[in-house]
Amino acid sequence: MTNSARSDGAAPAAYKILVAGGFGVGKTTLVGSVSEIRPLSTEEDLSEAGAAVDDLRAIEAKRRTTVAMDFGRITLGGGVVLYLFGTPGQERFWFMWEQLARGAVGAVVLVDTRRLTASFASIDYFEQRSAPFVIAVNQFEDAASYTEDEIRVALDLDPHVPVVLCDARRPDSARTVLVALIDHALRVGESV
Amino acid sequence: MDTGRDRGGDARRERWVDEAAGPLVRPYALTRGRTRARGGALDLVTILRATGARLPDGARLASEQRRLLALCARPCTVADLASDVALPLGVVQVLIGDLLDQGLVEVARRAPTDRLDPAILRKIRDELRAL
Repeated sequence: MTNSARSDGAAPAAYKILVAGGFGVGKTTLVGSVSEIRPLSTEEDLSEAGAAVDDLRAIEAKRRTTVAMDFGRITLGGGVVLYLFGTPGQERFWFMWEQLARGAVGAVVLVDTRRLTASFASIDYFEQRSAPFVIAVNQFEDAASYTEDEIRVALDLDPHVPVVLCDARRPDSARTVLVALIDHALRVGESV
Repeated sequence: MDTGRDRGGDARRERWVDEAAGPLVRPYALTRGRTRARGGALDLVTILRATGARLPDGARLASEQRRLLALCARPCTVADLASDVALPLGVVQVLIGDLLDQGLVEVARRAPTDRLDPAILRKIRDELRAL
């Protein structure tokens, strides 16, 4: 390479972690507490997601929608940068997950115990694809507290899926969730 | 290769901005209506950098592409580029595809596409713990 990039050293290695979960479970809070959060949006054709659409003129404008993503960056030592991506968890946004999930470390499915059903679609998605994921229960102050076992039963989780209680507002707590995900990804890798 | 780009100039963009189309469609005027990059979408964490090559004679870049090219003076991910230029990801993926085709940027590091190496996972975990 003979360009100016050399003065900045080699290109860092970048890795992805997905943050999934229903609307309002604290995805933005978690991404913002543990990483440098940045604006990112995409515009997608919801009705024909995945179809090979090459020309917008063939599409009705109404079918396109803007999807805001929670996007954060954690610069680690050793030339490693970790990127967190959160997008809405509902099934109609799964096409977004396809390009996010490829080559990712895994996913954090963030759960609010007051609205467990909001996380079902995300759990289904990662179960179906055998992608490593952990459940992070965001401890809202006004929510009743449940034990890990109660949550596991309510979500109908496979026994090997870790459940971590967290406070998404706290960087150390959010970081613990990410570490739990990586530990889980390592265990899953060993058992394959 | 890109003789159509400047046809109509600003009038071409304005065509999209009407009530029926709405503001959402406007960014795709930059890509001349293309919503998918040739050869598949670039991964969000693929890292790009400028090659330093000169623009072919007679070729012109849209101002957004010039901004992307300038940002690529340092290695930069697709996600960071999209955030920096404040355009939708899909638009940026198409615009970067053009810059790659023209040899103005290159892939400095490809994003992983498969399950990650355990050694890499351990490295990420240990670096996270050290924060």
